[in-house]
Amino acid sequence: MAEVTLHQVTKTFGDTVALDHVSLTIADHSFVVLLGPTGAGKTTTLRMISGLDKPDSGDVRFDGTSVNRLMPAQRNVAMVFQQYSLYPHLSVRENLEFPLKSPLLRMAADEIAKTVATVAETLQITHKLDNKATELSGGEMQRVSIGRALVRKPNIYLMDEPLSSLDAKLRADLRIELKRIQAHLGATLLYVTHDQIEAMTMATHVGVLDAGRLVQFGPPREIYENPISIYAASRLGQPRINILPADVFGGAPSGASFIGMRPEQIVQGQGEEGQVTRVERLGDQTRLYLLIKGHDLVTVTEAHTTLKNGDVVKIQPKHAFYFDQEGNRVN
Amino acid sequence: MSFSVTEPSKRQKWFAGIVVVCYTLITLMPLVWIITTGFKSSPDSIAYPPKVVFTPTVEGYVNLFTTQTRMSPGVITEPRDHLPWYEQIVRKKGNTIVGPSRFSERFFNSVIIGFGSTFFAIVLGTTAAYAFSRFRVPLKDDLLFFILSTRMMPPIAVAIPIFLMFRNLGLNDTHAGMILLYTTVNLSLAVWLINGFIDEIPIEYEEAALIDGYTRFQAFYKVVLPQAATGIASTAIFCLIFAWNEYAFAVLLTSGTAQTAPPFIPTIIGVAGQDWPAVAAGATLFLLPVMVFTIILRRHLLRGITFGAVRK
Repeated sequence: MAEVTLHQVTKTFGDTVALDHVSLTIADHSFVVLLGPTGAGKTTTLRMISGLDKPDSGDVRFDGTSVNRLMPAQRNVAMVFQQYSLYPHLSVRENLEFPLKSPLLRMAADEIAKTVATVAETLQITHKLDNKATELSGGEMQRVSIGRALVRKPNIYLMDEPLSSLDAKLRADLRIELKRIQAHLGATLLYVTHDQIEAMTMATHVGVLDAGRLVQFGPPREIYENPISIYAASRLGQPRINILPADVFGGAPSGASFIGMRPEQIVQGQGEEGQVTRVERLGDQTRLYLLIKGHDLVTVTEAHTTLKNGDVVKIQPKHAFYFDQEGNRVN
Repeated sequence: MSFSVTEPSKRQKWFAGIVVVCYTLITLMPLVWIITTGFKSSPDSIAYPPKVVFTPTVEGYVNLFTTQTRMSPGVITEPRDHLPWYEQIVRKKGNTIVGPSRFSERFFNSVIIGFGSTFFAIVLGTTAAYAFSRFRVPLKDDLLFFILSTRMMPPIAVAIPIFLMFRNLGLNDTHAGMILLYTTVNLSLAVWLINGFIDEIPIEYEEAALIDGYTRFQAFYKVVLPQAATGIASTAIFCLIFAWNEYAFAVLLTSGTAQTAPPFIPTIIGVAGQDWPAVAAGATLFLLPVMVFTIILRRHLLRGITFGAVRK
């Protein structure tokens, strides 16, 4: 495993700037998750590190050495793709053996068999080893695909939304499994997703990308509790953070144009009056949709609340975030 | 993919079945005619009305493979039983075999030129198509259009320039010349068809192979080729059928050494009267290689002929 560094990496495709002077350090043994909507540059970052694309300017370094000139094979990285992951003309076993038989590794046959068996067991696909890759269910395919990365001991594992095509149950299982494997192997892992639960549960560090720029980088807790902008704050939290004009509640610091409140930053009982427009009972919690001075707001209340549409609730912010006109944090 | 919403009724299925059977019979008719004629005697082959039931003989095949001459009536002295079976057949007509005919040579020429040109068209076509599909080729669309434009007229339209070029280069009536010519004609088809098939293969597979530690050529060889096999196989069949059946250039550019079977078969007619069984025998044997080749690749052809529509 290695420490991977991006230094001032810029990449453009035609007129589109995919990455704009991104600097990022993925420490050895860390699990870094990149968050951002489609087009933010998450996948491009992975492709820069893997060598499938080369930066227009800037440096990709493994343990301090630039790898810009190296082919993907020479970089010794493993990657899990979002889709089209398995070689369709090969069996599951052959898929898992494929990287081990490469000219890069040339592993001995008995060692290949052992490695494949271990990984297959970890991912619970042993009984499918002799199936054709195309005869698997979506979940099995994705597990094999992750397995094809795990058979190796690369400098870094790169994963591009590996769980996005799976159903919720499998996703939850594999999430735990992946985190366990990473901790067990002590692997360096860069993981791309737009699923905040994956980010919060697995990451040691989260990087937030916005239109090709890395806007915040830190432990997930820190990004959740101390976002630097409306954009970063909106990446995490369910339901989403509420952004209202700062003057709705008063008490805003100077320069603040917006107030951002997560449900836990909203206290019920005192303050401004809001009208209940919708009550969503999710079982473990109940979501309350409020209309306050003409602005929509979502908060969470106790599961067995008796509130209903049209009721009036008083709320006020507690330790809320304030943002300026550009959306940057001011407090 | 489109399909009808309702299950066809029994009557519709019967009707469809009958149509298919009729069509099959109509297409098979000439084939059956050729194959049976090859086993008829000369009088039977021109009998009117045509004989459906006849005594089969291999006379046509013997005539096809041998050169014969007429014997004067008194010459036959040896007892017939010592003669090989083919000589006996010939003797019945009062002929004797003086040597083999040129058919096997011509047939062998067809095999070398047909399969040789198919091989080169496929190798060059696959590599060119891969480059067009995967690399940033300058003027790619124009080049592809230019390649296709070579098929916008019948190849024979350029027969005279080709004839002159071949004469100057000493390629007239050579195997190399014919392989070169058929490869050239087939190449545009091969590039276009295979390009379509390779375009269908998501690039992610190769990228995965690159990351798994393989070079680009290894990725092409181990990941792209196996997946394009269907398309390549069906393209190979198209190429072989063209090269195998090509008549006009063969007549024009070959006469001896490199003559293929198509221009040779008609010359059989003139050897000793109109020997239709020998012609039919030649045609039957001529059909075989393409048939065998197609049957071997049939598994691929059925999927390939839909031009990749079934994939995904």
